[in-house]
Amino acid sequence: MTDTLLPEGGSGDVPPTTRADWQSDQEVRWCPGCGDYSILTALQLLMPDPGVRREKTVFVSGIGCAARFPYYMDTYGMHSIHGRAPSIATGIATAREDLSVWVVTGDGDALSIGGNHLIHALRRNVNMTILLFNNRIYGLTKGQYSPTSEAGKVTKSTPMGSVDHPFNPVSLALGAEASFVARTIDSDRKHLTEVLAAAAAHRGTSLVEIYQNCPIFNDGAFDAIKDRDTKADAIIPLVHGEPITFGVPAEDGRATKGVAHDPATGGVRVVEVGDGEGRLAESELLVHDAHNPDPSVAFAISRLTDAGYLHTSPIGIFRQVERATYDDEARAQLATAGASSDADPAERLSALITGADTWTVV
Amino acid sequence: MSTPDTAPETVQVPEVTVLFAGDSGDGMQLTGSQFTLATALARNDLATLPDFPAEIRAPAGTLAGVSAFQVHISDHDIFTPGDAPHVLVAMNPAALRAELATLVDGGTVIVNADTFVERNLAKAGYDHDPLEGDDLDAYRLIRAPMTSLTKEACKELGVKPRDAERSKNFFALGLLSWMYSRPIEPTIEWIEAKFKGRDLIIAANKAAFNAGHAYGETAELSDHQVIVRPAEMPAGTYTNINGNTALAWGLVAAGQLSGLPIFLGSYPITPASDILHELSRHKEFGVTTFQAEDEIAAVGSALGAAYGGHLGVTTTSGPGMALKAETIGLAVSLELPLVIVNIQRGGPSTGLPTKTEAADLMMAMYGRHGESPMPVIAAKTPADCFDQAIEAARIATQYRTPVILLSDGYLGNSSEPWLLPDVDDLEPFPVEFASGFNQVDEEGNEIFWPYLRDEKMARPWAIPGTPDLMHRIGGLEKEDGSGNVSYDGANHAHMIAVRAERIARIPVPDAEVCGDSDADVLVVGWGSTWGAIAAAVRRIRNGGRKVAHVHLTHLNPMPANLGEVLSGFSTVLVPEMNLGQLVRILRDEYLVDARPVNKVTGQPFTPAELQQVILSELGDDT
Ligand SMILES: Cc1ncc(C[n+]2csc(CCOP(=O)(O)OP(=O)(O)O)c2C)c(N)n1
Ligand code: SF4
Ligand SMILES: [Mg+2]
Repeated sequence: MTDTLLPEGGSGDVPPTTRADWQSDQEVRWCPGCGDYSILTALQLLMPDPGVRREKTVFVSGIGCAARFPYYMDTYGMHSIHGRAPSIATGIATAREDLSVWVVTGDGDALSIGGNHLIHALRRNVNMTILLFNNRIYGLTKGQYSPTSEAGKVTKSTPMGSVDHPFNPVSLALGAEASFVARTIDSDRKHLTEVLAAAAAHRGTSLVEIYQNCPIFNDGAFDAIKDRDTKADAIIPLVHGEPITFGVPAEDGRATKGVAHDPATGGVRVVEVGDGEGRLAESELLVHDAHNPDPSVAFAISRLTDAGYLHTSPIGIFRQVERATYDDEARAQLATAGASSDADPAERLSALITGADTWTVV
Repeated sequence: MSTPDTAPETVQVPEVTVLFAGDSGDGMQLTGSQFTLATALARNDLATLPDFPAEIRAPAGTLAGVSAFQVHISDHDIFTPGDAPHVLVAMNPAALRAELATLVDGGTVIVNADTFVERNLAKAGYDHDPLEGDDLDAYRLIRAPMTSLTKEACKELGVKPRDAERSKNFFALGLLSWMYSRPIEPTIEWIEAKFKGRDLIIAANKAAFNAGHAYGETAELSDHQVIVRPAEMPAGTYTNINGNTALAWGLVAAGQLSGLPIFLGSYPITPASDILHELSRHKEFGVTTFQAEDEIAAVGSALGAAYGGHLGVTTTSGPGMALKAETIGLAVSLELPLVIVNIQRGGPSTGLPTKTEAADLMMAMYGRHGESPMPVIAAKTPADCFDQAIEAARIATQYRTPVILLSDGYLGNSSEPWLLPDVDDLEPFPVEFASGFNQVDEEGNEIFWPYLRDEKMARPWAIPGTPDLMHRIGGLEKEDGSGNVSYDGANHAHMIAVRAERIARIPVPDAEVCGDSDADVLVVGWGSTWGAIAAAVRRIRNGGRKVAHVHLTHLNPMPANLGEVLSGFSTVLVPEMNLGQLVRILRDEYLVDARPVNKVTGQPFTPAELQQVILSELGDDT
């Protein structure tokens, strides 16, 4: 029944597109210097690649600066209400197997008002790609602290400093057993594009936390990981199958820091790498395995993120595993039930209402 | 037991109302439902009223734990579960204490005498045994030792006495089946089907049922057999249906009639959950059911599915409606079809979750932020829930708007015979999605405007996947036509007017006056009060007095002729299971001196209550 109504398209070769095809005619209205611009550009440059049809692509957002995103993409799109985009996207993705569904959300939208929907989308593993623009502040409402703002943050609503403990979005997503969890940075076009491409290709829910600078209300929140002088020591890059190393390289080009199991806590810790007292050899470091079915190690790695001002943060794909998706399974049940009878729909309806105990008056 | 030497005497009555009451664990809902089915198969007209506590198992034997099921059986067309019951079956002292006051004077009380022991009497709050004092002098008392006779009947079967005791509700069912000459076979067949594979339970239940039947047949009750003759009903095939099942089936039908797959997003809540349960069983119709994490996600997912071209539906009760309000506002702004079902219950807050009320009308009409008009309709009988589910879907898809369908706990759980429609007679309302450009820009390029309206003022439903029609919609105000975000005040005022007008223009059937159009008194109802009003009006007219009844199914927009109808009567009474909501709307819209008649006890109106109100309005004529 569904098939007859679905519009044509999706069959045959995907016509080639360029960045311009993905740009809507609407004027982009973020503040100058806002990190959102670079994410939009990265995505518009990426979209022509994967061979996706524009008409088969849907962007759903909640409310916030980030949530204006769908207006700027020449695809189908819905700018919905605060925090609810994952629920709306769940309906779209479950109803329509043929669509590529994206959610664009902010740290307030996803983790405060919409926290419940986010974790449930992740545990169900519905086919959608969630881009979480984390500027660690409420932008659109002009600068209150958010669920990712560091404790003690002074904002309009916390003149004496925030006494809230922040969420780590990656830890949260891993705790919800998300099948794809990654973190990237607005200003690193290459990394951003790679991660977005991997997220888009993943079947199930992908969550990508994107550190996004808000020059107006939270400028410099990510300076430690962006600054030329400090970023080598701040970013812990995660590459599947590689030992986790970082830090300003030694003169011989070898890594100076790494991540290793911590027998004392059962978690992981940052260690000095190299020869000499208290240092570990590279061979003793943790080899990153994004495909590990057990999320515990990925979770441990996520805890290396500085909860206050960001002095250190692992960046990359934390977890990428295959897991049954809610919408595929729901559709499979429909198909199984549909195949159970070959009566036409009117006959079935008639059989349904006469199927209970009936009696006939003549 | 002795065998009577004469055949039992029978009396014929036009109607009887039986109330089964017992502890939550006594299986009263099951007993009542099965008695109802036997009644349906005996061709009586009937109406039922289940009434259960909010706790799944309140402390055994207490008043709080009493669960009841009322059945009204008749040889003529009836509209309600009856006024006061004629027969009370009380499985324990608490049931007797809780329900005795509802019984008619001179009614019959059948008790499970085995339970009237000190402990149970104390739990029920009796300081004496009511079977011994004069408490029951005004009634006919039948003391049936149901527990011991059931155990006795099961003795030879190898059933443990504790298990045998559980079958005592079937003893009650057997006894009542005999008293009211119900056919035996359907119950026996039903027991065999229901407990299939559990042979001992089948044997025990059948033994208990037969023992109850024999108990009636033998000397003890030989003068009590009552016959209610079959009712004259229009020819056709019937089934006994409750409102929630009818509503679920109506949605399935609406899917077929619109040609759309159905997507139900729902979160469990009494008394609406049964619609989710029923629809989950019908995936073969292309029905997707999504049990969301809360009501906000439930309606959100349904709206998302609607954007994707499904018939989006969400079902809930009052507290869930409150949570959905923001998303419904979005649906108003997006102008997408969506069916929102509210099975109302006693509020505010958790209120009386298992009892009925109809106090969400104002919320349905006005309970959103901003100017956000939307159609509201209400079902009036259990079977009407089928028709109104289709009507809600029809309005939603044809006019691209969210629609609220109101039902209530009473309609949802009560049942009545339903003359099954011929599926081929149901009017299809096929949906057409937008498929091409609808506008030309200044440079002569063909473009798509998502808010360009058709003659019904509905915007195109352009679903993702359609080439060329890519567009963005959202909750921000948009320019009429192009749909582009617009902060212009004049455009906003224009859009508010457009949204109001497009709902106000939806055609709805005229209000029909039942009864005497030249009467002084008009009773205006909506929703489940239909049965009690219709029964009261019929009695009054049978008594030779004049009265009229108008029942509203479409509450927004209201029938075009309603103002004129109202102005034709000097007195307008509006019975409602709230403190006066429709009455305010009528006073406001039509400047009539409509007056409220209210009941908020968690129980529906009885015909007798309304009869009295109307009669006192008519004045003493004698
Ligand atoms: C129900 C509701 N509550 C509050 C708001 C106001 N509001 C809009 S955006 C926002 C916070 C947005 O923060 P974030 O998600 O981090 O997005 P950003 O603007 O930083 O991109 C709030 C509180 C709203 N639109 N709706
Ligand atoms: S307020 Fe911040 S997040 Fe919002 S648009 Fe401006 S710079 Fe970007
Ligand atoms: Mg933010």
